[in-house]
Amino acid sequence: MDQSPAPLVEMRNMSIAFGGIRAVDDASVDLHAGEVVALLGHNGAGKSTLIKILSGAYRRDAGTIFVNGEEAQISNPRDAKKYGIETIYQTLALADNVDAAANLFLGRELRTAWGTLDDVAMEAEARKVMGRLNPRFQRFKDPVVRLSGGQRQSVAIARAILFNARILIMDEPTAALGPQETAQVGELVKQLKADGIGIFLISHDIHDVFDLADRVCVMKNGQVVGTARTQDVTKDEVLGMIILGKCPPGAIPGPGAMTMAA
Amino acid sequence: MTEVTSNAPLEGARASELGPVARFLKATELDTRMLGMVGALLVIWMGFHILSNGLFLTPRNLWNLSVQSSSVAVMATGMVLVIVTRNIDLSVGSLLGFVGMIMGVTQAMFLPRVIGLPLGDPTIWIIALAAGLAVGLVIGALQGFLIAYLAIPSFIVTLGGLLVWRGAAWWVTSGQTVAPMDATFRLMGGGPGGSIGASWSWVVGLVACVAVILMLMSGRAQRKRFKFPLRPVWAEVFLGILVSSVILGAVWVANSYPWPAGTVRRYAEANNITIPEGGLFISHGIAVPVLMAVAAGIIVTFIATRTRFGRYVFAIGGNPEAAELAGINTRWVTMKVFMLMGLLASFSAAISTARLNASTNAQGTLDELLVIAAAVIGGTSLAGGVGTVAGAMLGAVLMQSLQSGMVLLGVDTPLQNIVVGFVLVVAVWLDTLYRRRAQ
Ligand SMILES: Nc1ncnc2c1ncn2[C@@H]1O[C@H](COP(=O)(O)OP(=O)(O)O)[C@@H](O)[C@H]1O
Ligand SMILES: [Mg+2]
Repeated sequence: MDQSPAPLVEMRNMSIAFGGIRAVDDASVDLHAGEVVALLGHNGAGKSTLIKILSGAYRRDAGTIFVNGEEAQISNPRDAKKYGIETIYQTLALADNVDAAANLFLGRELRTAWGTLDDVAMEAEARKVMGRLNPRFQRFKDPVVRLSGGQRQSVAIARAILFNARILIMDEPTAALGPQETAQVGELVKQLKADGIGIFLISHDIHDVFDLADRVCVMKNGQVVGTARTQDVTKDEVLGMIILGKCPPGAIPGPGAMTMAA
Repeated sequence: MTEVTSNAPLEGARASELGPVARFLKATELDTRMLGMVGALLVIWMGFHILSNGLFLTPRNLWNLSVQSSSVAVMATGMVLVIVTRNIDLSVGSLLGFVGMIMGVTQAMFLPRVIGLPLGDPTIWIIALAAGLAVGLVIGALQGFLIAYLAIPSFIVTLGGLLVWRGAAWWVTSGQTVAPMDATFRLMGGGPGGSIGASWSWVVGLVACVAVILMLMSGRAQRKRFKFPLRPVWAEVFLGILVSSVILGAVWVANSYPWPAGTVRRYAEANNITIPEGGLFISHGIAVPVLMAVAAGIIVTFIATRTRFGRYVFAIGGNPEAAELAGINTRWVTMKVFMLMGLLASFSAAISTARLNASTNAQGTLDELLVIAAAVIGGTSLAGGVGTVAGAMLGAVLMQSLQSGMVLLGVDTPLQNIVVGFVLVVAVWLDTLYRRRAQ
């Protein structure tokens, strides 16, 4: 990737603890425009927590966030959205009792000249974007609780791409999807990347993301084991990073890399 | 939009497999739950009518029922939003008592004696009402703040409120009843004077019919513009006729209830009218408190379904975390819900003090339970996220029907309470069954 001096996003020395658990410990990671960075690690490694700091869901204990080289003040989800950061959460974060359109526009509703909700316009937009993601989707009147796992996932993805994100965070976006829909999400990632959007792609399974990613960043016990360009490392080496915390020669070691002595 | 048309034959095929009733419901998009409630209400009405040998379904009784339901119905509209956000407000009855006391003291003591306004001065009722509304709003804001920003459970905050505001109501006059109320203020309580008469009732009814028809038409035009699936024309016409007949029927009933003979005589004397041979028939028409309740219902429905605030209220109820992550200021929305509740409880206070023509420190005792029951019977889920204002208002009428029906039959108060409690539990149980099936 082009290593222009100012990355789209840079998270430097992030730390956050819940009670005694250091969920994220001095983690640093960056992302450039048009780049896909895969964030890998076991369940509980701290991936979701790290990106929730970026999306404004959690307040960090320490660390600095830069967007386009300038320090960014992100202390709630609204702030993050102002910087063009959109997130597909692992839990999807949908309001189960309202329909797809209401979820897509939640917090950013279209309104009529009278200031009232423009439900018809929102449904029209929803039909457009859902048609692109999941052409067979028809259940625009149902609350999303009635939808299948895959349909709910498409709603969550549609919401993230609806508002011209510059930075997209996808936390295990294919968890509820079948092979065909997973491939569709892969296509979407390539398309968004071509549009110049920077993407954090999070997974606990390396096979899902290795071919899509430009770089991988592996976390273990809240710490970054290492970061590597996918062309410089093999899948087995990345597996070694995930499982053992062993940093291969092609990767830049982080604070979580196993020390030589150990 | 290609997928809409490509799937149309499929939908059509499915529709033809349905039975006639299901097809009818699908075409009209009528809510089966709501229909069930209307059915239950009609059964209760018929039951009381038969048991009371034809005393229940009379214009007089129905008119009284509408007035008696108003105060609880107004508060039930707000309680829907409170419960939808996964909160509860146990303080509304006490709040009503305290605010009623404030309004009573303002109009009967403070303004005439301290400020020196002459009795009957037209500003008295306005100032008294405004003072009450302001107090209700501030109390709602205070409770909402404790709940939303200090994260104290609403159950506790409003349980405290139940005690605090009831005590405060006593404190205003050391327990003394305040009476009488200002003559204009009293119109909010109903009665022959507090009703709008036959002609105005027809005007209101016709305007409402026109509004319903216009809404159906604009809804259809909107959906057509975006090429969404439409209801069949016969279903639209049917809905228009159904709703219009219900509205006009209600007006007809209200207009069939005449003023009592004594009131007519006094009115005739005051206006130099000679009463004809068979007596003078002067209709009550729709009562002012009923108009206030209907207005509250329409406004809160509008807020709940057509505004951003209403959308957030439901989103918070459905998934508070998702609402927060979507960038909604959930605390401020929650606080506003309680402010609205305080405001509505103040309107109810105006209705019930005006109706009683006095403020007492016991006013509204146990109303919180009636209000919550009305909302819950009306389909508001205590788990949050689900509820309709119309359902809650229907629930208020249903509760009141039970109560006044039993009074009509001479059932003792303790037994009335037992029946109401029983009905509440059964209604919620039926609702649970319905929801499980709908899933
Ligand atoms: N809100 C929270 N409260 C307490 N502990 C949390 C919270 N969120 C995450 N954790 C803990 O932080 C650690 C990292 O979790 P997470 O970021 O979800 O991991 P991953 O997404 O890599 O599977 C886990 O030990 C988890 O239990
Ligand atoms: Mg995770």
